[in-house]
Amino acid sequence: MKKNRLIDLRSISVRLGGTQVLRDINLYIRDKEFITLLGPSGCGKTTTLRLIAGFLQPDAGDVLFEGKSINALPPHKRQVSTIFQRYALFPHLNVADNIAFGLRLQKKSKAEIAKTVDEMLSLVNLKGFADRAASSLSGGQQQRVAIARALAVGPRVLLLDEPLGALDLKLRKDMQLELKKIQQRMGITFVYVTHDQEEALSMSDTVVVMDGGEIQQIGTPIDIYNEPINAFVADFIGESNIVDGTMLSDGKVRFSGHEFACLDGGFERNESVDVVVRPEDVDVTAPEAGMLRGKVTTNTFKGVHFEMIVDIGGFLWMIQTTDYHPVGEVIGLATPPDAIHVMKKSQYSGMFGDYSCFTEEYYELSEPENDDP
Amino acid sequence: MSREGKTKRSILPSGAEHRLLREKSRSSARALRQIPTVYVALVFLFLYAPMLVMIVFSFNGQNSTAVMDWNLSFRWYNEFFSNRELLRAVRNTLVLALLSSAIATVIGTAAAVALDAWKKNLTRGAVLAVTDIPMMAPDIVTGISMMLLFVFAGGLLGQRAILGFSTILIAHVTFCLPYVILSVLPRLRQTDRHLTEAAQDLGCTPAQAFIKVTLPNVLSAILTGALMAFTLSLDDFVISYFTTGSSFQTLPIAIYSMTRRPVKPTIFALSTLILVGIFVLLLLINAAQARSDKKLQGAKK
Amino acid sequence: MRTLSNTARRMLSAPYALWSLLFILAPMLFVVYYAFTDKSGAFSLDNIKGLTGYAGVFGRSVWYSVAATVICFIIAYPLALCLAGMRERTQRTLIMLIMLPMWMSFLIRTYAWLCLLQDQGIVNGVLERINLPRIHMINTPGAVILGMVYNYLPYMIVPLYNVLSKLDKSLLEASHDLGANSAQSLMRVTLPLSLPGIASGITMVFVPSISTFYISQKMSTNNISMIGDVIESQFITAYNYNMGAAISLVLMVLILVSMMVMRRFTDSDGEVVV
Repeated sequence: MKKNRLIDLRSISVRLGGTQVLRDINLYIRDKEFITLLGPSGCGKTTTLRLIAGFLQPDAGDVLFEGKSINALPPHKRQVSTIFQRYALFPHLNVADNIAFGLRLQKKSKAEIAKTVDEMLSLVNLKGFADRAASSLSGGQQQRVAIARALAVGPRVLLLDEPLGALDLKLRKDMQLELKKIQQRMGITFVYVTHDQEEALSMSDTVVVMDGGEIQQIGTPIDIYNEPINAFVADFIGESNIVDGTMLSDGKVRFSGHEFACLDGGFERNESVDVVVRPEDVDVTAPEAGMLRGKVTTNTFKGVHFEMIVDIGGFLWMIQTTDYHPVGEVIGLATPPDAIHVMKKSQYSGMFGDYSCFTEEYYELSEPENDDP
Repeated sequence: MSREGKTKRSILPSGAEHRLLREKSRSSARALRQIPTVYVALVFLFLYAPMLVMIVFSFNGQNSTAVMDWNLSFRWYNEFFSNRELLRAVRNTLVLALLSSAIATVIGTAAAVALDAWKKNLTRGAVLAVTDIPMMAPDIVTGISMMLLFVFAGGLLGQRAILGFSTILIAHVTFCLPYVILSVLPRLRQTDRHLTEAAQDLGCTPAQAFIKVTLPNVLSAILTGALMAFTLSLDDFVISYFTTGSSFQTLPIAIYSMTRRPVKPTIFALSTLILVGIFVLLLLINAAQARSDKKLQGAKK
Repeated sequence: MRTLSNTARRMLSAPYALWSLLFILAPMLFVVYYAFTDKSGAFSLDNIKGLTGYAGVFGRSVWYSVAATVICFIIAYPLALCLAGMRERTQRTLIMLIMLPMWMSFLIRTYAWLCLLQDQGIVNGVLERINLPRIHMINTPGAVILGMVYNYLPYMIVPLYNVLSKLDKSLLEASHDLGANSAQSLMRVTLPLSLPGIASGITMVFVPSISTFYISQKMSTNNISMIGDVIESQFITAYNYNMGAAISLVLMVLILVSMMVMRRFTDSDGEVVV
């Protein structure tokens, strides 16, 4: 395991313009891995990427490449390539010259350059576009040229900074698949930055969830979804009902006035905890048969399922079912032990997970994006 | 008007009156739509009347700028081409414009690149404020202020007749510089910061990234600045008037001294030649622009 | 982080910094120095006191250049509106044709007007042919103002046209939609939105008008003198640099004041719309 560590970030801190952007980041990236840095804007994910690319130097800590520090190595000497948010294609060059840019700097022969450019164009499905002006292409096509240009120089690592952010939804889905395919075919490491949790879950081998300049959790997509470490991760990835609870003993937790069996353990007796229940893991029963009882306050049809907000003793839960329950109906709810996930209390406790102010919560989350640097 | 209108109305039978009114309003609407064209034409007549006079009189059969002899002749054109002094002034003007715009472009572009790297602070503000001075100050003040400096420097160097080629060159570079800087600086600002990062990412050293990516992207702005500087230098009279001596005459100064006396149509012949030259040049530029527009549209399709 | 390291890039400004220090700032200081000294170089307020003798010239210059600026605006604003309403190709050609005379030396353009207007000139020749009395035109204030209007009219048209042609047409539609007629839309929407263009047009006409010296000389055959003429004669014929510097200082102050007034009106950050 330790052998194929390609990049190591060790206790890295970065201050930019008087604000602490990264705080004691420790992260290793394996060779040939698809790793995603996920978080809301301003969380430090792009800064981490620029650190690896060499556009930034850390104030403290080391960036290691194959075990050697590359802190002092300028960007043009690093074996990494970047895909920029807005592609950064050279407007004065055509598609082929954009792709050949790095190769010419490597002093490759003409024949070799022509061959690589051809290969790259077919890799990104842009054969026949060689002589087009970069500015005459659509967003999706520019994106492909940017990928071809970055891959042409034969990097060990490709850094992608929200590469699909400017594309529309349909195109984004197609490009996700294509990027994953390209990564597997080229057999190189991708470091991918996004704020889109779905993108992160569907493409990555490893997901790194970040917030406030710190790493919250590192794990496989399944781990991150099923075993979130705190309320922030639970809320950021997927929908979650997060309620206050008390750990009675291993496998026994009490919340919403009821005692539940669960699979978690290792807490102190009567320790105060956060309990996560995913909306799709709750079963609807007859009122008297349920462990909990609540009243439906809204019901929205989502296509695959209905999304209900249910008032359970003043706390509003989100519940997804395939059956229709009209607003005002009192229903019973049951959760099997494997649907309950218990987390230690953290600084994020109490900030997320209640759907009483659904829309406003959404507001609060999206607003800081505007004054993000 | 009111009394006349009343009598007219009473004479006409009502149906005819209506028809007449409708016709009137229709024709007046048509006339209204013509107003812009007529107005533009009038202003152009005003702008071009002196040009017309000039062109016509350049073919005058007799030596006058007031009375036209319609026995047209080319004698004033011949006279211009045999006038050594005027021809030398033309050459001087071109040499000066080429040199001063070239120097201003180099110094100005370098300054713009430096200013672009500067954060917004007092120093940068001060430099930009100084850059504004030659653009804001009237030419005559710029001219006499430089004259004072040169005369003072001449006194220090013990040279009484210091005004000449070198002083006028310095003056022209000075008033051209702001135009170069203010043409290049905004373009540098617009250039995507990520472009230079992308270049370095692909293996450029910082200096290579500047030459291969930044410079080509601002090239058109640099050329615009250079062209502006060139034409400003060609056209300048006031600042030249105060900063050169009898040893180096430019065309505007030669024209000035000619117009102090009653003028022969020779300068009209010269002006007509310049006008035709500029007109052809502008037509070419316009055609080139139209063609590149078409190309761009074609590429987009 | 930028292309070259920032210090290396800042070094590139050294030639310009030196140049502007020597040839922009130093000359301005010389003007102030000369204005407050006498021929021997000693401090003196005689030049400043002597300025009172030129009060008439200052007053005339301000009055003529304000008149020229106002007339330019009255001619140019409707013209720019007309142009902005035309087809794009026509617009481009016409603007080119408006700029074309500016490529001619203003000396020749002004001289051509002299040929047209003088007592034995072309206009009077035509009048005589059709049996109308001759008109004395040259050597009147009107002739001087006409010279200024003619020479600087394009400087007013171009910035106005630039603003008006870029005006969002939907704003006018919105204004009509909300019940404004054409005149009200013009006064309440178009005019306020074109203020930056108006300000820059006014500055670009007023500054050269108030400081001109050739136009007044030619159009008045040396009888009406303006600030520019007085400065020129102090430097070129009277060799009284100190007096000339003092008058230039007044000119600078007049222009600074007018610019400050313009800025107050438009509240723009002084960007020149060309």
